[in-house]
Amino acid sequence: MQRSLLDFCRSVAAWIRGGLRLWVSALGLIGWLLVLPTVQAAKIGNVSESHWWGQALRFGSLADPSVRYALAGAVLLGLACGLLGAFLVVRQMALVGDALSHAVLPGVALGFLWNASKDPVAIFIGATLAGLLGTLTVSAITRTTRIKEDTALGMVLAGYFSLGMCLVTRLQKLPTGNQSGITSFLFGQAAALKPADLWLMGIVCALVTGIVVVAYKELLLVSFDPVFSRVCGLPARWFDHLLMVLLAFSVVISLQAVGVVLVSAMLITPAATAGLLTDRFHRLLPLSALLGVTAGIMGAFLSFLGSNLPTGPLMVLAASSGFGLAFLFAPRRGIIARWWREKSQSHRIARENTLKAVFHILEEAEFRSDVVSLLQLADRRRITLKISEREARMLVSHQLATMGADEASLTLTPAGWQRACEIVRNHRLWELYLTQAAQIPPDHVHDDAERIEHVLGADAVRELERRLSFAKYDPHGRPIPSLADLRRGGEKAPRPTTVAGYGK
Amino acid sequence: MMANPLESLADEQVPLEVHDLTVAYQKRPVLWGIDVKVPPGQLVGILGPNGAGKSTLIKAAMGLLPVSGGWVKVFGRPVKEQLKRIGYVPQRESVDWDFPVSVMDVVLMGRYGRLGLFRRPGAADRDIARACLEKVKMLPFADRQIANLSGGQQQRVFLARALAQESDVYFMDEPFAGVDAATESAIIELLHELRNRGKTILVVHHDLPTARNYFDMLLLLNMRVVAFGKTEEVFTYDLLQKTYGGRLTILSEVAEAVRQKS
Repeated sequence: MQRSLLDFCRSVAAWIRGGLRLWVSALGLIGWLLVLPTVQAAKIGNVSESHWWGQALRFGSLADPSVRYALAGAVLLGLACGLLGAFLVVRQMALVGDALSHAVLPGVALGFLWNASKDPVAIFIGATLAGLLGTLTVSAITRTTRIKEDTALGMVLAGYFSLGMCLVTRLQKLPTGNQSGITSFLFGQAAALKPADLWLMGIVCALVTGIVVVAYKELLLVSFDPVFSRVCGLPARWFDHLLMVLLAFSVVISLQAVGVVLVSAMLITPAATAGLLTDRFHRLLPLSALLGVTAGIMGAFLSFLGSNLPTGPLMVLAASSGFGLAFLFAPRRGIIARWWREKSQSHRIARENTLKAVFHILEEAEFRSDVVSLLQLADRRRITLKISEREARMLVSHQLATMGADEASLTLTPAGWQRACEIVRNHRLWELYLTQAAQIPPDHVHDDAERIEHVLGADAVRELERRLSFAKYDPHGRPIPSLADLRRGGEKAPRPTTVAGYGK
Repeated sequence: MMANPLESLADEQVPLEVHDLTVAYQKRPVLWGIDVKVPPGQLVGILGPNGAGKSTLIKAAMGLLPVSGGWVKVFGRPVKEQLKRIGYVPQRESVDWDFPVSVMDVVLMGRYGRLGLFRRPGAADRDIARACLEKVKMLPFADRQIANLSGGQQQRVFLARALAQESDVYFMDEPFAGVDAATESAIIELLHELRNRGKTILVVHHDLPTARNYFDMLLLLNMRVVAFGKTEEVFTYDLLQKTYGGRLTILSEVAEAVRQKS
């Protein structure tokens, strides 16, 4: 026992060492960029073709029946796991999937023992029963004691899995043990799939898809608001049990290809990825299934390229790479999109601050001229001439200002003038509002207004104006730019110094 | 109290009759021998201190909890047979508001009970859901994901879902908890309109001062029914003191509320 556990640890370590390389190749494949030397290095064992592309061609041609079986298995399990995983993830039951998948192992071993051969039906029955028994154990623990669900799940997961490991090692010592291929149930080997396995997978997959399609409405309501579903007359508990049984079925049919250890990732990862891409369940569900199928195909393909590698980790790596891509590049929630939004917002604020500085300079000169030199701007903003030049160019590139012929002065365009007026008006309105409505002393309001001025929308400004009864001066006695100023645009005529505020 | 007008009603005209209802959690009773007979077209407030069993009462009345004794009839028949005539607004915290569904999806769930198993909502159901959203002034939010709503907006969505159930008896669990003033007045307006259309509404409520103005009848509850009757008859210092027991802060609130009344 000790020795085989040691072997087990060693093989895990070997897989982890191999993992780095696998990451690279999985990533590369998903981006359709196969890294040639990496894949060649990963290719070991009894491969008849000498080049990776030859292997890929063999895979693509589907001439090899074992390729067809592996591919069909991967598609079926990706579909079933993707669909049910979506429910698990939105119900915050990801750990339940993990516990269930580990709890099936003793059942797998006993299924083997039943007639000392790999009979898919015996294994299916044994594994399903063990998995359901595991979830029943969890609910028995949480109902009768004060132990919380996560603790119960963790204990049951480990307990059942340990029992399963003991049984499996015992099995391997039996005369028939070694050729029985029970180790493929630990880490998965899609190439070991037989037509009988595929029949079982096909039936379960059809069952899962059929039920999810027919009872979509019921499963959605039971997942979102179980109490309300009972007021609607739905047998909520019955649907919960149905979901659990389907889950157990899907886990069990996936064992052969993905393995006990990793099958929960095929439930969770595609659904979590889909969750990054959409926030509507009716889109999340098919997307999760599609991602599951894609990960399954990728895993089968990569496993075929390096033919001795287990399928399970490769499928999960493919699914994880998908998640990584979505995490980075998702159109709205990806970190790159978010970074881009934040960056463009900070650029906009920088531009608006420059516009404001130009306005202040013009205002100090009582609007006698509409040209501002970059030196003045640098002085006003307390920045170097070089930076003020860069800021000026930013305005020019956004058509907010034009540069003088000497490249040392700046004139606002009508759009720039309007935006500058708006910002200054927002700032001064907000200062006035804070001093009047919130009784904040005038020397405390500037910093707050510096932030608010960039985010006040048109509606909020109208509301402020109404509440301040269209005031003309800010708390520091400076005029608040009026609508007339905004419309004045690029008029060259000097602005009368006394004119300010609204009401004309 | 309200016995006389009810006696003339046939059983199938009584929206809700609770008889000797007892509910226990792990053998510890939370509700004892509850007897309530609600006349039609009433807006009933259920008041009581924390742990008085207010939510338990409405859940048990809808048949959501196992009861240790007694029975509940809705329009003269056991509640299990009358679920289509019951509408429910659960507590806002009872669901995960990050769930990937839109406001419209949630309101459509109100139609599920009428649709029956496996039938999908159709265009008519969508029209009803839209009308209900319009009633709670949430139609512009129909396509938003529910995670982006404020507390008051979430409550309005739940209310729209209950309206979409097109029921005759409504149970609402703290619909005013944690909502803004505008939502509160919008909800109470809607409840009065429903009541005027002959619906019966039972509302778990926690705010004493507003209770007097909002409800036609009050059910004072503290594990047993302390009093049930017209608001002006039940909202008295003695009965409220009996309901809230020796809790001093609430007692002073009661005194203040009663003082305002006189």
